[in-house]
Amino acid sequence: MAEIDGTEAPRSFARLAFARFLRHRLALVGALGLLLLVLAFFTGPSLSPHAFDAVDIANRLAGPSASHPFGTDEIGRDLFVRTMLGGQYSFRVALLVAFLATALGTVLGAVAGYFGRAVDVAVSQLINILLIVPSFIVLAVFANRFGASPTGIAIVLAALLWTRIARIVRGVVMQYKEQEFVLAARAVGARPARIVARHILPNVLGSVLVEVTLLLGTAIVLESTLSFLGLGVRPPIPTLGNLIQQSKGAIDDEPLRVLLPGFIVVFFVLCVNFLGDGLRDALDPRSRRA
Amino acid sequence: MTAPLLSVTDLRVTFATDAGTVSAVTGVSFDLDRGESLAVVGESGSGKTVTAMSMMGLLDRSATVSGSAVFEGNDLVGLDEPTMRTLRGRRIGMIFQDPMTALNPVFTVGAQIAEALRAHAKVKRGTAHARAVELLELVGVPEPHRRARQYPHEFSGGMRQRAMIAMAISNDPVLLIADEPTTALDVTVQAQVMEVIRRVQTVTSSALLLITHDLGLVAGSADRVQVMYAGRIVEQGSVDDVFYRPRNPYTSALLRSIPSRATQPGSRLSSIAGSPPSLLRLPEGCAFKPRCEYAEDLCGERVPDLEFVEPGHETRCRRHRDIPVVAT
Repeated sequence: MAEIDGTEAPRSFARLAFARFLRHRLALVGALGLLLLVLAFFTGPSLSPHAFDAVDIANRLAGPSASHPFGTDEIGRDLFVRTMLGGQYSFRVALLVAFLATALGTVLGAVAGYFGRAVDVAVSQLINILLIVPSFIVLAVFANRFGASPTGIAIVLAALLWTRIARIVRGVVMQYKEQEFVLAARAVGARPARIVARHILPNVLGSVLVEVTLLLGTAIVLESTLSFLGLGVRPPIPTLGNLIQQSKGAIDDEPLRVLLPGFIVVFFVLCVNFLGDGLRDALDPRSRRA
Repeated sequence: MTAPLLSVTDLRVTFATDAGTVSAVTGVSFDLDRGESLAVVGESGSGKTVTAMSMMGLLDRSATVSGSAVFEGNDLVGLDEPTMRTLRGRRIGMIFQDPMTALNPVFTVGAQIAEALRAHAKVKRGTAHARAVELLELVGVPEPHRRARQYPHEFSGGMRQRAMIAMAISNDPVLLIADEPTTALDVTVQAQVMEVIRRVQTVTSSALLLITHDLGLVAGSADRVQVMYAGRIVEQGSVDDVFYRPRNPYTSALLRSIPSRATQPGSRLSSIAGSPPSLLRLPEGCAFKPRCEYAEDLCGERVPDLEFVEPGHETRCRRHRDIPVVAT
């Protein structure tokens, strides 16, 4: 209970938000699932004695066994190691996409929202153009050109996905720049860059964080789609999309081989969305639930 | 005699709106000396706040400002933004009306005061924080060390306004502009906050431009008063001149509408009939004519000039000699 004389330690917004987050059951499940997945992606390959590209023709197309928990592919490579490593590559691509898209989207969105007028028109039209251009064609063309490496495909995806962040940041900045504390900051003599960075952007953090988690999911799905179509990361580097693409012929005989990587994609996206939902609720500054 | 700290001459502010051009401030002129307190009073929409904002260069782009406001040798009207920025906060401090919204909810109060310091001087974080604590103590925030680490939502209204004052004086400005500093506060806290403003004004020996519609506040805290109506100054003079010998029908009507101890229980409170004119369609001549009990036909012909009443006391009323002097 809060003491009336106020000797309790002040409860910061971060602590209140954390408390709210802990109470959101689905979000906790999402966070835990995501943690386990990422942990498995990074430790899985070293737990198995097999290398991801070790060919073992005698054991080709084997079903799950103690030595090969996920079975082997058509040239006898261990699918467990390949799936975990594939997850790792996909996750890294998604992280890089999220990072690049957030950086670009935040800067352009903030500039457009704060300065308005011509700058806003320029950025908004750029966003609109990116939205109306059929993204898949752009992806196909550019992914084919630059997408052979994980970094290349991340850059291509980020170049398309930053618009989502930018639109959110622009909206929130426009809303906050009319607030009186921004006027007060101007009255104190702060420069525009400082006002945006120090007074407005911290207020944007919550909404952006939510969007970034959702962006992770989108990036993984898009990366898998591109790889499935053969436009993404080139084999032998495994990604979740590559794995599905390589074993798609076996859907009738060995469904597990296609379903496992597919399931991991679905599980990842679900976890990320649950987490995003929980963050949205926890970071809502208007929420009075403590 | 030295030049006044701030010398405003024929300040005009118009806003372009969809409905037409609104003249929010028309021909306002006044001088403010160092250490002096000037109160600007008037109803909502009389142009008090716009006057102050135009001097800070904080009006939005739909506003057109003309005239001049010379402050320490710089004309604040049309001053370029970088120079303006060096004056804001450093030479001119501003206290806002609503401390609930004028503080950033995501930073601690101490950090915001430190931020105001760091906007103008290269100060280390730790030094700035220590100075913020000192400032909080100066404005009468108890336990300043602990309070500096709290967020605005943990402050009461009066405490927030004190924090705003601390921020406004952080760089020792020579001019403090207080825009209705007590309007958003409880009556019990208003007096305390005015007391704080008066105290910091003596400590920093700055001039004060107090914008308010609370006449009671003015009596206790200003040297001179300027009454505004529909964007024009209608009467100006010392507090005694204006309060005890009002020479303008609007001022006397305003003063009469303050309930006093002499007001009989059950009697009606006096009010001014009608409502302030639309700034889009000001009446011909004197803007107060439609509501004025002394109005005659000639009042509608042209806007009256500010007329001399006694040294330092001027009024914008062609019939001011006919108004009986009533002590209030």
